[in-house]
This record gives sequence, C-alpha cells and structure tokens, in this order.
Amino acid sequence: MMLFEVEHLTYRYEGVTAIDDLTMAIPEGRVALLGANGSGKSTLLRLLDGLIFGQSGAILFRGDDVSEEHMLDDAFALPFRRTVGMVFQNPDVQLFNPTVFDEVAFGPLQLRWPKQEVRDRVDEILERLRIGHLKNRIPQRLSGGEKKRVALASVLVLDPAVLLLDEPTAALDPRSQSEVIDLMVEWGGGSKSVITATHDLGDLEDIADHCYVLDAGKLVADGSPAEILADTELLRRTNLIHAHRHRHGGELHSHPHVHG
Amino acid sequence: MSDFHPNAKGGFIENTLEGLHFALSRAMHAEASAARTGLLQRLDPRVKVAGFLALVVAVALATKLWLIAAILVVAVALVVISSIPVRAVASRTWIGAFLFSGAIALPALFLTPGTPLYGLPITVQGLRTGSFLLMRAETAATLMLVLAYTTPWTHILKALRIFRVPVVFVVILGMTCRYILLMLETAHEMFESRKSRTVNRMTPAENRRLAIASSGVLLHKTLHLSDEVYLAMQARGFRGEVYVLDDFAMQARDWFALAAFAALTGIAIVVGR
Repeated sequence: MMLFEVEHLTYRYEGVTAIDDLTMAIPEGRVALLGANGSGKSTLLRLLDGLIFGQSGAILFRGDDVSEEHMLDDAFALPFRRTVGMVFQNPDVQLFNPTVFDEVAFGPLQLRWPKQEVRDRVDEILERLRIGHLKNRIPQRLSGGEKKRVALASVLVLDPAVLLLDEPTAALDPRSQSEVIDLMVEWGGGSKSVITATHDLGDLEDIADHCYVLDAGKLVADGSPAEILADTELLRRTNLIHAHRHRHGGELHSHPHVHG
Repeated sequence: MSDFHPNAKGGFIENTLEGLHFALSRAMHAEASAARTGLLQRLDPRVKVAGFLALVVAVALATKLWLIAAILVVAVALVVISSIPVRAVASRTWIGAFLFSGAIALPALFLTPGTPLYGLPITVQGLRTGSFLLMRAETAATLMLVLAYTTPWTHILKALRIFRVPVVFVVILGMTCRYILLMLETAHEMFESRKSRTVNRMTPAENRRLAIASSGVLLHKTLHLSDEVYLAMQARGFRGEVYVLDDFAMQARDWFALAAFAALTGIAIVVGR
C-alpha cells in the first residue's frame, strides 16, 4: 500500500490554481518534492497533512480518505495527527508558546498524553536535539537555527511515523543547514517516512530515495535523485538550476549551476 | 519633495512604532532581573500575583495616609532585597507616576473646598486629596513593578489561572503578546527598508499615503500569519480546546510568603479603615 495516493487533486486559492489535477502515488520511505517557488510543493504538503482541502479530487493516507469530513472526526484526526507531523518553512508560525518547553509540550498535550509522560518526553527530545539549555527561553529571542531546531523538536516529540518538512534548511546559515540535514538523516534510523519539499538540490541524495518534480501545480517528472539530477534540461525548465557565468583567465565561461 | 536630508529623523508613525517596540520588549522581557537570585524571584508566581494584587486592593481601600506610606516603604524594601535596580524603579515608575498622577491631582489642591493652607490659594482638604491620589498611585505602581521585575511575564500569565481565568484566554493573551512583537518588528523593518530607498524628505501628504499603504500591507501580513499559526496549531493536534501544563509546585517558603502577604493585607485593611 502506498503512503499517500493523490487522485485528480485541484486546489485554487485567491484565483490561482496552486495544484492542478494532480495524480501521484507516494511510497513509504524518504521522498523529496522538488520545485521552484510557486510550483505548489508547500501547498501539496498542507493538503497531505489535512490542513487544507482541494476543490476536487482526493487524497488517501494508507488507504484512508483525508477529507474535510474525516478530519472533523476525532477518531480519525487524533491518530492521524499522532502519525503525521509537519514542520513549517517559517518557524515563527510554529512557535506561539511562551517558552521553548511549553512549545514542545503543546502537541503531546493536545493529543491528551498523560502530563508526566509529556514532561519526560519533552526533556528527552530537547536533550536529543541538544537544545535542553533553551527550555526556559522565550522562542522569539532565539536565533534562526535555534528556532528551526525548536520547531523540529515540537514535531519530533510526537515521534510521528511520517514527517512532512517544508524547506527545512531555508534561511539557515551553512552550519545550521548541515545540522538539520544530519538530524533528518539520523532520525528514525531509516524506519520513518520523510517527505521533504525543497528546491535545494545540494543534499538531495542524502535526504531522499525518490523525487517528484512539480511545476505550476503539476507533476512533471519523478525518479531517483541520480536520475533527476542527471536531467539537466528538466532542472533548467523547472527553474531548479540556472546558467552560471564566470571567467577562466580572460575567457567567459558558462555552465549549469545547482544551489545547495 | 524638497531638500536632501541624509540623517533626517523618522516620522511620527515610525518613531511611535519604534517606541512601542522598545517599550513592549522591555516590559515583556525583564528576564535578566527575573532570573536574578533575589528573595522574591524564588517564590511561586501564583503567590506573588495574588499577594501583590491583594496589597494593591488594600492600598486602594486605605483611608490613612501613613498606612499607604508604610506599604510604600515595604514595597521599596522588597525592591532592594530582590536585587531590582533602584535607579530603574525611580526613572521608570516613581517619576512617571508622580508626573501623571500629579497632573491629575493638581486641580484638586485649588478646587477642593475647605480651610486655606497658610493663606495660600490651596486648601488643607485639597492637599489631603491630592496626597492620597499621589501616594496610592506611587505605591500601587511600585508593587506592580516589583511583581514584573521578579517574575517572567510568561509565569504571570500562567498564574492568572488561579483566578479562574479560562485557559484559552491565558493562551491567547500570551500569543497576542508574542505576535504583537513580531508584527512590530515587521513594521520596523518595512520603515527601515523605505528609509534605505528614500533620499529626499517626503511631504506630509506623501508620508500619510505611505503610512496608509504600509498599514494595509501589514494588515495583510498579519492575516496571513494568523492563518499560518492556526494551521500550525492544527497540525499538532489542536481541536478547538487548549490543554496546558500546570508546572508550579508550592514549597514551604511559598506557603510562608502567602501567609505573610495575607497577614500584611489583612492588617492594612483593618487598620486602614
């Protein structure tokens, strides 16, 4: 059985078609959704997480319909939220609690975990992500890298079987980027499914075994990272690479350039 | 457009936003002081919130000036033993409360009917009324400042729950504080960005138009942010009802402090009648 099956899904927002009659099947494991800004990958993550719903079409999670009606039912929604976690691109939208500890405890508390278990689990995940020293800090006063780690901790504390990551390394300095990538690679020891939306091709082979390329809300290609990275024409057409011009000696030279 | 002013000061709106941002940051993040190891910093926040509010009520009910002055002395003693910088209290509280309350109390000196004071155009009764107003304001402000400087604002919010303030209200209040700061930062960056692209001084009409346009953009950003925050809450299991941790635990010193606050308040109310 596939992890997610997307069937003829269309989502329009403020007159823009963000997802256009999309059909795709996402397997368990490490998957990347590739696309330039505005390609619809962030919207697709929100749809997969049952946060927004398409005007037409359907999404199935391990065979169950992720519909608006279904998400209103606690019997489906609470186990779904326990199983599927999402980390947003902008950590500021995810950090709304007064302290880092409260932030990480928010998810388990809403899923009605026993309070002592919440305390123990929060302490454990903060130590695991090496941010235990921040537990009493106000999230707003943290650096960008620290905020991202807290946002990750606030989702990983639930130990979800499926993790949706929206541009996890966006706006981070190189060291923080590397630490976040290491976390994603190490997390779950390979037993979890991780779907990463990104336009960063540099770490693609580390974070994904299979890739889907989106353009204007449509699926335009899929394959292994090696296959996708080898298709220069596809990457150029979907704005994932651009021509890089520089001089060798006195001669102007140009070649495709990958960010990351 | 007119003269070139490379170092022109910001306009009214920009300065107001900067001032608001500075004041809010300072008010909400007195962390350094709250983290010090003074006497009050170690107490349970619920005891402090209840104790200081009770003392403020006692000050409001007191009809003897010496009693209010005695509570002010106690508050100043608490400032000292809690390692709160006295200069900060003087500049931010005492002078401010004196000027503000003094402006309100001043007419009472002349307008309250009664016995003239040493032939001056003010009355004894007017002076008494003005002194009460001034002393009550100074004492209440000092008590609240001691609370704010010895307790992180997040703990003050949580402690409100002892007054049966609904959880959802406490959570929304905390989120509001957090996102007001975030939006003020955004607004500040917008004005800085505008300043970096402006070489001439703008006319008042141009400034007004730009301020209105910026307000619209900021409102749109605020709405977008609130949508995103709501989605992020839903993604972690929020179903319309908020569950939070009660992580305060009363210790012997907290019970002792609670008894001291209760005794002080009781005495002040009985004696002050």
